[in-house]
Amino acid sequence: MTTSVYDFIYLISIVLFIIGLKRLSSPDTARNGNLVAAAGMGLAIVISLIYPVEGGENNYGWVAGGIVVGSVIGIGAAKKVQMTAMPEMVSLFNGLGGACALLVSLVEFYNYPEGVSLFNGQVFTTLFALFIGSISFTGSLVAYGKLQGFLRDSLTVPYPRFVNAVLLIVVIGLIIYIMQLPAADFNWALILMVVSLVYGITFVTPIGGGDMPVVISLLNSFTGIGAALAGLIYNNQVMLVGGILVGASGTILTILMCQAMNRSLFNVIIGGFSSSGATTADGREQNIKEVSLTDLAIELKYSNKVIVVPGYGLAVAQAQHSVHELEKILEEEGVDFKYAIHPVAGRMPGHMNVLLAEADVPYPKLLELEEANKELTSTDVVLVIGANDVVNPAAKDDASSPIYGMPILEVERAKSIIVLKRSMSAGYAGIQNQLFFGEKTRMLFGDAKASINKLKEEVNQA
Amino acid sequence: MDAIVSFISENLLMMYILVFAIFLGIEVISKVPTVLHTPLMSGANAISGVVIIGAILLVRQAESTNYFVLILGFLGIALASINVVGGYAVTDRMLDMFKNKKKKK
Repeated sequence: MTTSVYDFIYLISIVLFIIGLKRLSSPDTARNGNLVAAAGMGLAIVISLIYPVEGGENNYGWVAGGIVVGSVIGIGAAKKVQMTAMPEMVSLFNGLGGACALLVSLVEFYNYPEGVSLFNGQVFTTLFALFIGSISFTGSLVAYGKLQGFLRDSLTVPYPRFVNAVLLIVVIGLIIYIMQLPAADFNWALILMVVSLVYGITFVTPIGGGDMPVVISLLNSFTGIGAALAGLIYNNQVMLVGGILVGASGTILTILMCQAMNRSLFNVIIGGFSSSGATTADGREQNIKEVSLTDLAIELKYSNKVIVVPGYGLAVAQAQHSVHELEKILEEEGVDFKYAIHPVAGRMPGHMNVLLAEADVPYPKLLELEEANKELTSTDVVLVIGANDVVNPAAKDDASSPIYGMPILEVERAKSIIVLKRSMSAGYAGIQNQLFFGEKTRMLFGDAKASINKLKEEVNQA
Repeated sequence: MDAIVSFISENLLMMYILVFAIFLGIEVISKVPTVLHTPLMSGANAISGVVIIGAILLVRQAESTNYFVLILGFLGIALASINVVGGYAVTDRMLDMFKNKKKKK
C-alpha cells in the first residue's frame, strides 16, 4: 500500500520535470522553469530517501555524507565559475552524472544474485548503462580538458575512425560474452568498463573547435540515457522518464545546434573541421593594413552607425564590459551602436548573449544574423572583436572550404572593417580568412580588452 | 529467447513509458531559440543527475558492512549531487542575466 503512495508522489516530480523543461525553452519563463525542474528533483530525492526498501540497513550516514559533500562542491563551483567558462563547467558536471550512472550499474552487476542465468534484459540493461555512463564520463572530461585548454585541440589518436570502430565491436562482443557466462564474473564487467572508458576518450578526441558544444550536448543526452537505463534496472519511473526526457531533448538540441552551423551530426562526429587540414588558399604574399588607435577613435566618433561583431576573442579577453562602456561613450556622441550576434558566436550557441547580458547590454541592441546583414549595408564602421569563422567569406564563395555553406555575417558590406585580433593565427576552424586582407579591412592587434580600453580613452580625448 | 520474452512482458509498462517519454522530450523543446541553447543544455544536464536516486537506493539497500558497495555508492551520490546542485545553480546564474536585460528594456 505505502509504496504506491510514494510512487504517486514520484509522478508529481515527473510532471515538474516536464513543466520545467517546457518553460526552459522560452526566454520569458526560462528562469522559472529551471526552478520548477529543481523542485521536481528535490521532491524526487526526498522520496528516494523515505521509500521503503527491502533488506537494506538504510545507511543514512553514507547517503547524507554524499549529498552534503556533493552539494557543497557543486554550489562552490557554480558560484565561482566565470561566465566565459560555462561550456567546460557544463561538460564537467555532465561527466560526473555519467560517472554516477557508471558506478550504479557497476555495483548492480556486482550484486547480481548467483545461480541465475545472465542472459536476460536486466543484465543487458545494466551492461549497456555501464557502457553509456563510461563514455559520458571520459568523453566529458576530454571535452572539459580541451575547452579549458590543458588538452590541445589538435590532440587525437591515430586512425580515429578505425580505432573507434574496433572498440565498438569489442564492446558489443564483451556484452554478448558476459551474458553467455554461467555465472556473473565481476572481472569481465571491469574489463568492459575499461574498454568503454577508453572508447569515450577516442570518441571525443578527434572532435575539436567549434564542434565542441555539439559534442557536449550529445554527451549530455548520453548521460540522460544512462540515467534512464538505471531507472529500468531499479524499476523507477522518475529516473526512466527524467533520463529519457534529457536523452530525447538533448538529441534534438544537438541537431538544432548542428543546423545552426549548417553541419550534419555525422559530419561533426567524424570530425570534419579538424581532419580537413585546410590552410591558406594560396602561398601568395598578402598584405595586411594596421590601424592606429587615434585614427580609429576619430573615425568611430564621427560615424553614424557602428556595429560590433563579438566572438571568441572577446569572450576569452572578458572584454564585454569594456565594449559596453565604449558603447555608452559613443552613444553620447550620437553614434548608433549595435551588436551583430552570430548564432554560434562565443563558445557555444547562445553563449554570446549570456556574456553581453552579463555586461548589461540592452536587449534591443542585439541583432540576429539576418537583421544584422541588412543593417551592415548602411554601417560606417564594423568592429570584429575576436571573431574569425563567423565572418569568413569563404563560407559563401569557396566550395572547398570546410565551413562552406555556413551562414555568416557579411561584414564586407560595411564601409570600413576593423578586425581586433591577437595575432594573425587562424580561428577555430583552422582556416585563414581572406577578409583580413581585403581592401576595406584594417587590423588592430592585441588583447581585445586592452585594445578597447585604450580606444575608450582615445575617443574621450578626440 | 524465453528470457527476452519474459523481460518484455515483465517490463511492458516501463516500455510504454519509455516510448511516450521519448516523444514528449522531443516535443517539449522542438522550437527553442538559439539564445537559450546554452542555458537549456545546462538545465537538462542538471535533470540528468536524476541518476542520483539510483545511487541513494543502492546505498540504502546495502548491508552496513558491505564497504565496497557503500564507498562506490557514496561516490556516486556525491558526484551526482555536484551535477544536480551545481547544474541548477549555474543555470540560474545564467538565466538571471536574461532577466536583468528584460528589466532595462
